[in-house]
Amino acid sequence: MKTCLVVDDSKVIRKVARHILETLNFEVSEAADGKEALDSCMASVPDVILLDWNMPVMSGMDFLRALRDTALSSRPKVVFCTTENGMAYIRAAIEAGADEYVMKPFDRETLESKLQIVGLA
Amino acid sequence: MLTPRPAGAVAEFIALLEMRTGQQMGANRNWRVETALKPVMRDTGHETLEKLAAAIRADRSGPLADRVVDELLNQESSFFRDAAVFDIVEQAVSAIPDTRRPRIWSAGCSTGQEPLSLAMLFAEKLDHQMPEILATDVSESALNKARAGHYTQFEIQRGLPIRRMMQWFDSSDGDWIANPGLTRMVSFRRMNLVADSLPIGRFDVILCRNVLLYFSLDIRRAVLGRLAQVLRPDGVLVLGAGETVIGQTDAFRPSQRYRGLYEPNWAAAAAA
Repeated sequence: MKTCLVVDDSKVIRKVARHILETLNFEVSEAADGKEALDSCMASVPDVILLDWNMPVMSGMDFLRALRDTALSSRPKVVFCTTENGMAYIRAAIEAGADEYVMKPFDRETLESKLQIVGLA
Repeated sequence: MLTPRPAGAVAEFIALLEMRTGQQMGANRNWRVETALKPVMRDTGHETLEKLAAAIRADRSGPLADRVVDELLNQESSFFRDAAVFDIVEQAVSAIPDTRRPRIWSAGCSTGQEPLSLAMLFAEKLDHQMPEILATDVSESALNKARAGHYTQFEIQRGLPIRRMMQWFDSSDGDWIANPGLTRMVSFRRMNLVADSLPIGRFDVILCRNVLLYFSLDIRRAVLGRLAQVLRPDGVLVLGAGETVIGQTDAFRPSQRYRGLYEPNWAAAAAA
């Protein structure tokens, strides 16, 4: 089963994303900020990370930079999932090593489509 | 909650759709009529389907009738829909000698995501001639949207990789607008596949995906015959994932070269 780590400080978004991902046959784990997410990846590398931008403790962008600087057993795909929808944000995310970008609000079709693009659905 | 459907008015709208486009709406889809026409009723002040039907009866070729037909058409589309199809089309076009410009027809292009996907795909291939891309649809409003290359945030995210979006689109008030350089690569034209004159010349690839399923078997057979007339002898036809020519027509047979595509059936044509 494919694994996805959902990183978002909103419990509601994590719940919605988990529901969609489980219908797409993903095993889902959750983290409420970048620090928690990094700890989770050190313990077990997921296939894909759905990543919010603005979070307390460690932002999505700081997490992504740290993740890409860390030697892991595999390279997880990272799909940003954020309300930051401007081209400058998107460009910065891709340059920092994101594989895809979902602009909130999103629905099942959007998420499924983006996971297909990164080869995981 | 939906109000009870006046069967007479629903029947009139379905007949108008079939007369204008050849498309049929099965009895199990009748619920769609009221749902699809709610915005028209709201915008035009017709409180019931019966009143809307009466207004159309008074002017069957006017803008109100056009709008009703547009709303009843299924215009669902997405970028790079069934992504594997684009790989096969790319293979088929790459096999064409560089001595002539490939020609592609997106027949039933809806709001333009299919032909614009093709344009992006081939524009990014520097080692091959840019194909001529014709895109047609029966709906003028769908074509206007396609020509403008204007998509909502939900539409732009369906199937379009983010890097391509960054390369070919700009944001505008929450929506996304195609670079004019992209939309210029496609010729958009209104065309009724059942009744209008066929495009001039022959095509290397015709995509007619998720269109034929709305036609009766007789109309489907006639349209496939028309598509065969403008496909090159070595060209290929692409249908939707759930569509086939088998049992529908002798004009095409499964392609020997490209899995899932169809080619003209010259043996059947010669025997006819």
